[in-house]
Amino acid sequence: MPLLKNNEFVSDDWAFLPDDAALPESGKVVVSLTRLVKDWDQLVEFTGLLGLSLANSERTDELEAYLPQLTLVVLTFPAFTDGRAYSQARELRLQGYRGELRAQGNLLPDQFQYLNQVGFDSFVVDERFSLVDWQGASKQMSLAYQRGLYRTAGEREVWSQRHQGFAAWEEQPHAG
Amino acid sequence: MYRYDEFDHQFVSERTAQFRDQANRRMAGVITEDEFRPLRLMNGLYLQLHAYMLRVAIPYGTLSGKQMRQLAYIADKYDRGYGHFTTRQNIQYNWIKLEESADILQDLADVEMHAIQTSGNCIRNVTTDHWAGAAADELLDPRPIGELIRQWSSLHPEFSFLPRKFKFAITGAPHDRAAVKVHDIGLRAHKNDKGETGWEVMVGGGQGRTPMVAVTVRDFLPEKDVIPYLEAIMRVYNLYGRRDNKYKARIKILVHELGAEKFKAEVEAEYARNPAQTTEVEQRELARIEKYFAKPALEKLSRFAPHFEEAKRANPDFARWAKNNLAAHQHDGYTIVNISLKPEGGIPGDASGEQMRVMATLGERYSQDELRVSHAQNIVLPHVKLDDVFAVWQALKAADLAAANYGLVGDIIACPGLDYCALATARSIPIAQALSRKFADVARQEHYGPVKLNISGCINACGHHHVGHIGILGLDKKGEEFYQITLGGSSSEKASIGTILGPGFAAHEVPDAIETILETYVKLREPGEEFLAAYRRVGPKPFKEALYATA
Repeated sequence: MPLLKNNEFVSDDWAFLPDDAALPESGKVVVSLTRLVKDWDQLVEFTGLLGLSLANSERTDELEAYLPQLTLVVLTFPAFTDGRAYSQARELRLQGYRGELRAQGNLLPDQFQYLNQVGFDSFVVDERFSLVDWQGASKQMSLAYQRGLYRTAGEREVWSQRHQGFAAWEEQPHAG
Repeated sequence: MYRYDEFDHQFVSERTAQFRDQANRRMAGVITEDEFRPLRLMNGLYLQLHAYMLRVAIPYGTLSGKQMRQLAYIADKYDRGYGHFTTRQNIQYNWIKLEESADILQDLADVEMHAIQTSGNCIRNVTTDHWAGAAADELLDPRPIGELIRQWSSLHPEFSFLPRKFKFAITGAPHDRAAVKVHDIGLRAHKNDKGETGWEVMVGGGQGRTPMVAVTVRDFLPEKDVIPYLEAIMRVYNLYGRRDNKYKARIKILVHELGAEKFKAEVEAEYARNPAQTTEVEQRELARIEKYFAKPALEKLSRFAPHFEEAKRANPDFARWAKNNLAAHQHDGYTIVNISLKPEGGIPGDASGEQMRVMATLGERYSQDELRVSHAQNIVLPHVKLDDVFAVWQALKAADLAAANYGLVGDIIACPGLDYCALATARSIPIAQALSRKFADVARQEHYGPVKLNISGCINACGHHHVGHIGILGLDKKGEEFYQITLGGSSSEKASIGTILGPGFAAHEVPDAIETILETYVKLREPGEEFLAAYRRVGPKPFKEALYATA
């Protein structure tokens, strides 16, 4: 399935490493939380790039020690109606995670702005939607009331616009 | 009243355009009904038994005359000349066509209204005390914080796909008329020892299949912390609320399964972990909103209104209506007029387009251009001069809006039931109609005193039967409708869930059963003792005996 990043389809050079597979010498590997915790001493020494794939039932509030070592975190939407990963994403960004934050699963263009706003910056998407669908969906609404969320250039925060000159809530920027 | 600025206008108009596109894609078959469903629901559009139903948000139940007139226009143009005011202080139209739905949203946007988040697993329309800004016992107007929450929760990217729907209710008065303890989150304003105002935060109340009274997670939350603290509660719920069973997905179940203390600890830990960086903007925004809710410039009047007193002496029907349907205003010489949408034999909460226009005009002429929808499905004129009340009553009477049963047994809350609703297991409207005919005599209703009689057509409890002093729940037993009766519920500051009395009744038996209950109460009450107080004193036993000895 295509990987969407910065409103373009790009190739995906990450590989998921099953829990029982040996760690390669280098490369870009994604591991489970179980593997991350169990083999942490070994993974810290890994010379390639490290990613984490998190189920939406796994807690994000005990990951702080691992985050600086991670270049990718993958969160999953088993169904588009299951919104747990929105909060997981927000938690990770609030904890200062600056790497790539990837959404996979049942993603629909009508949720695309929400996904961006909570801090996702790459998306494994279904082939039945075209790039044009996603690009259009990324600018359906140009205003949002909430503060402290990620905004693209075309989006404005209503409250910050109304009360200019006051400190903004700083959102951790996307990795891009 | 709150007025949209350029940002609010743009937000609603973009949202309307977005919905028009979604509806067009659905009609063209580009998206499936499964994919369209959550999109239309987030814009208040349901598919019911016979047609689409559109639920329009009336934030904290407040309307201008112009807005009420537009609701009348929509009723006439797109529905069958009616609208149905709901227990969420909203209005529903039951006969809507998909192809016209985007036009209706545009008509609403023209008068600064929308249907955003009146459905779906998201934060729903915020409700407050329907006497806000007018009630004599009020500490502060709950609507500014309600508007702040409305804006913050509108298309919140993190909280639009919650485990289940989520309802806020807010009261700024010690007497809770907003039923805050049976909402997912209830807020109550009060003052601390230092005289500062803050909010008690209650979580996990609700009705439905598992009725529960909310638990307090913070006794006194400073006003500036409300938004960040609500974010923490919502995040804990979004992450840990159950999603395996839709009947166990409300926050009340999470609070119950974790236990109040553990739930509180999770929220406090979340709040401590991600404190708001600043709340200056939120405070500024609240101050900006508060200006819109400044007290209206009411005249300095004497408490004694000679014209009003004279009219009552001359006209006993008016005197009776005035006794039951007015409430104490905080300003001398003014009163709160409660318009009962419960005429004899009527459908609770229904109003015709013509009636809406009459009420709009009365609001404009006599009530500072303000009307309210109450969660008991009535309309309120919040700021009426006592000396104008007779003129208001005459106009109401001419429009069949002068039922004098406010707060009495005829003032029934009922859901649409099996006549409209796809979830219902039994009809509620015909039961409400039969009861209102049975107790049509207002003198008889006064004899019984204040009674809240609430009817739901299924276990989801949209008709608030759990918190009715008398609750009626319609169920289906092998294709036959039957009705279970509960007693002792209340949605007040002393909230309680009603107790089931015993086996249910067939539809035609319900009016007599309710009469038996009321007559039993009359026999055992102490002087001046209201129904609920009497029930709480004696318990269900005498009622059971009376009901099942004769049944």
